[in-house]
Amino acid sequence: MLTFRNYQKVASLEEAYELNQKRANKIIGGMLWMKMENRNIGTAIDLSGLGLDKIEETDDEFSIGCMVTLRELEIHSGLHQYTNGAMRECVRHIVGVQFRNVATIGGSIFGRFGFSDVLTMFMALDAYVELYKGGVVPIRTFARMERDNDILVRVIVKKTPMQVVYMSERYTKTDFPTIACAIAKNSDTVTAVIGARPYRAMCVADETGILKHGITEATARAFGSYVSEHVRTGSNMRGSREYRNHLIKVIVRRAVLRLGGKQNAD
Amino acid sequence: MQISMILNGKKIMAEAEPDMMLLEFVRMQGCYSVKRGCETANCGLCTVFLDEKPVLSCSTLAVRADGRRVTTLEGLQEEAEEFGVFIANQGAEQCGFCNPGFMMNAIALFRENPYPSEEEIKEYLAGNLCRCSGYEGQLRGILAFLEYKKEMEQKGE
Repeated sequence: MLTFRNYQKVASLEEAYELNQKRANKIIGGMLWMKMENRNIGTAIDLSGLGLDKIEETDDEFSIGCMVTLRELEIHSGLHQYTNGAMRECVRHIVGVQFRNVATIGGSIFGRFGFSDVLTMFMALDAYVELYKGGVVPIRTFARMERDNDILVRVIVKKTPMQVVYMSERYTKTDFPTIACAIAKNSDTVTAVIGARPYRAMCVADETGILKHGITEATARAFGSYVSEHVRTGSNMRGSREYRNHLIKVIVRRAVLRLGGKQNAD
Repeated sequence: MQISMILNGKKIMAEAEPDMMLLEFVRMQGCYSVKRGCETANCGLCTVFLDEKPVLSCSTLAVRADGRRVTTLEGLQEEAEEFGVFIANQGAEQCGFCNPGFMMNAIALFRENPYPSEEEIKEYLAGNLCRCSGYEGQLRGILAFLEYKKEMEQKGE
């Protein structure tokens, strides 16, 4: 059971940062995962009064405040258009609408959870996170960093020409993914991001140029095998390491074919 | 902490512990339609509207509702009654425990998307679990209600 003695809706990021330096205090996002823990918190630090619940779109980027909900990501027309529906696909399986109206992008990304669809997707988008003290950091770097007492303020997605496809494998709708997969293609290369390994998501770029001469059934299959060989997986109650290795081959092949324009790749 | 909110159209002020959930708070205010189910943010039984958006009250702090509008099924009597007849006609509930949360979320769906497709209905209501019905009756009830709404609109009523 989660309990806390105090609740503080902060008036500034500095106030939140100072409170957050005490080990007993914690910043709360949607608080959905934190609520599952058995812990006593001194002060729950709430950022919801800081106007960080907006998605701002310019010609060059999307700036997404840490208190933006997953539902807002799902229905944002600019993100939908930029990702060709992949943003919606990445969040729409997460429990239900009511859950996604509570869960925040800040909580999802800062937690760097192994099961995270959201982290997987934003890594494929080569996004950045803005940390209050740490500045702007590539999310792919952030995903490998240890947790500290900084504050994730925003997530920034640069509008670079790219294509992205998101797919996941789940035992049942609304469950955690057994494997999450986002494939991104920019002018240089194709990158696969694999989440729910069950560890934190990781990237595998097409460094050997398997897809350099185009996407076909054979090259998509070869890339699936390549990614499977280069991703470290593990076992948990949702699947064994061997099962995940197999799933990666299949899901990467399907996602790459979809990237190549084959709509019914599965 | 003292918090105030508009609960079902009425302004209220009451004490809330810092870690009290909205579920507990609204039930203390007499809104017993809001059910305690899984308490792990999975079943949708505790759905309420927070500023018109459906949220899980088991996982939303009461203090976060301070200064905002909260609506439970008690505040949606008319809308719920009209729709509820179609659910009852299909025998779409057995124990009925999931029904308030289901009705709340279905109403949220109709407000957002007045004529959803079958696929859209299933997707929107995926976060409402029912252990009795198998969902088919509920789906039939919703489709029948939408058909009725269309007919009424065509008649100009």
